[in-house]
Amino acid sequence: MTKPVVDARAVTVALDGTAVLRGIDLVVNAGEFVAILGANGSGKSTLVRALVGLVPHGGSIRLFGTELSHFRDHHRLGYMAQRPDISSGVPATVTEVVLSGALSRRPFLGWPSRTDRAAGADLITRVGMERHAHRPIANLSGGQQQRVHIARALITEPDLVVMDEPTAGVDAESAAVFADLLAELRERGTAIVMVAHELGPLGVLVDRAVHIVDGLVEYDGPATGPGTHDHAHDHSHTSEPSRPNPVPIEGPLP
Amino acid sequence: MSVLSYQFMQYALIAAIITGLSAPAIGTFIVQRRLALLGDGLGHVALTGVALGLLTGVAPLTTAIIVAIGGAILIEVLRAYGRTSGDLALAMLFYGGIAGGVLLTNLAGESAATLNQYLFGSIITMSRADLTIVVALGVVVVALSLIFRPQFFAVCQDEAHAKVMGIRVQLFGILIAVLAAVTITVAMRTVGLLLVSALMVVPVAAAQQLSRSFKSTHFAAMAIGLFAAVTGLLTSYQIDAQPGPTIVIIALVVFVLAALTRALLRPTSTQEAKNG
Repeated sequence: MTKPVVDARAVTVALDGTAVLRGIDLVVNAGEFVAILGANGSGKSTLVRALVGLVPHGGSIRLFGTELSHFRDHHRLGYMAQRPDISSGVPATVTEVVLSGALSRRPFLGWPSRTDRAAGADLITRVGMERHAHRPIANLSGGQQQRVHIARALITEPDLVVMDEPTAGVDAESAAVFADLLAELRERGTAIVMVAHELGPLGVLVDRAVHIVDGLVEYDGPATGPGTHDHAHDHSHTSEPSRPNPVPIEGPLP
Repeated sequence: MSVLSYQFMQYALIAAIITGLSAPAIGTFIVQRRLALLGDGLGHVALTGVALGLLTGVAPLTTAIIVAIGGAILIEVLRAYGRTSGDLALAMLFYGGIAGGVLLTNLAGESAATLNQYLFGSIITMSRADLTIVVALGVVVVALSLIFRPQFFAVCQDEAHAKVMGIRVQLFGILIAVLAAVTITVAMRTVGLLLVSALMVVPVAAAQQLSRSFKSTHFAAMAIGLFAAVTGLLTSYQIDAQPGPTIVIIALVVFVLAALTRALLRPTSTQEAKNG
């Protein structure tokens, strides 16, 4: 039997002495698209940060069957933070940022290979940033920067993609690019774990929703979103940031 | 008689070339990490190292390198594990370094004026042995900053993402700080500990006025550093001034010219941005 892509058991996290996660179980199988939902401060972002090893945790987290502390197949994991830190003091182009993602294949000695460069150029085109490939990322809009960061996360064709509110506050065009890209990933069988405040247009792609309330799983089950696909197109031609509606969740809501 | 017929000027020119290349080579990552004052902090710590050399009779260049590397590792550990922010850790390096330097110099029976040659540079006192160390260390700094540019870039650009990618973030962070410490001691005799940081930062600031990519900024900063160091040294000889301040003033002039050029080109850039 295939091992789960993510197998988290009794995960606890305390930040500054405060228990943020209080015993979370989460299993994600290959090809599954799981949305982690919850209010601000519920612990959903902390959960994904723990899954990728950015915060110390109690309990057990296994990625592809390997305990996180021994996990070395970093190229199989793509990660996108809610607001990646780009406050660099030196300009860096879109291409340079995207190619830096290929380092997970060779974390110690890692100049980008010809394959990496081809994959980077392809991804930059797929996220619609080809005209900006040689522009400094700091000169781009928030939505465009997020597209660059998803391209960086996907350059090694990971089997698991973990994202923290990728479409929060982005423009409609970028949100549509994200929806297309995630649909493509889902088609290919990539497991996706995505934190969201609300699902909106991405709801139709989600297999499962996990509600976190006060550091505990309140609901883990199928997510259905009738009408959410149409909703995506309602906003696709506006210049306003996308403000999607929440997806109705089956089962007891918190 | 040519200026380069003097042996001390030959040594000085070699040291200036090494300093001009190595300071911006590692300085680019320091600026990218928004730790532009790290060089100043480590310069102060190196002063304690110099004083330790005066007190113990060991060559000051050697003790300065050891103490500056120790300070570099300490600041990275404080940043990573402590609750101390980067700027607070730097402030402590400043105070501790200068106080330790003067105190140890006094204990060595010397006056604080002895430190002047290290604070502002003193090329004519450079021995062949000093030059050999300076060249060897400078080459190591430039080589490692080029070999590990992808890792240094990733760590300085987005530390959290670099960690998820499996990059040894703390190891590379320490390596950057250690290379900065080595650069400072390399540049101690040419521009002096008080001005060495300028050569790590100003060429980078000048380069990024006109460049769009990290790679071009890195190489342009090294070119500007080299230009400022060599022309500064030769000019200082002509006008009978100290090389350190002359080198830094030339680097600042390049920065001002680059900033003015950018300002003149800005309307074009804005139009280009609008056109996407």
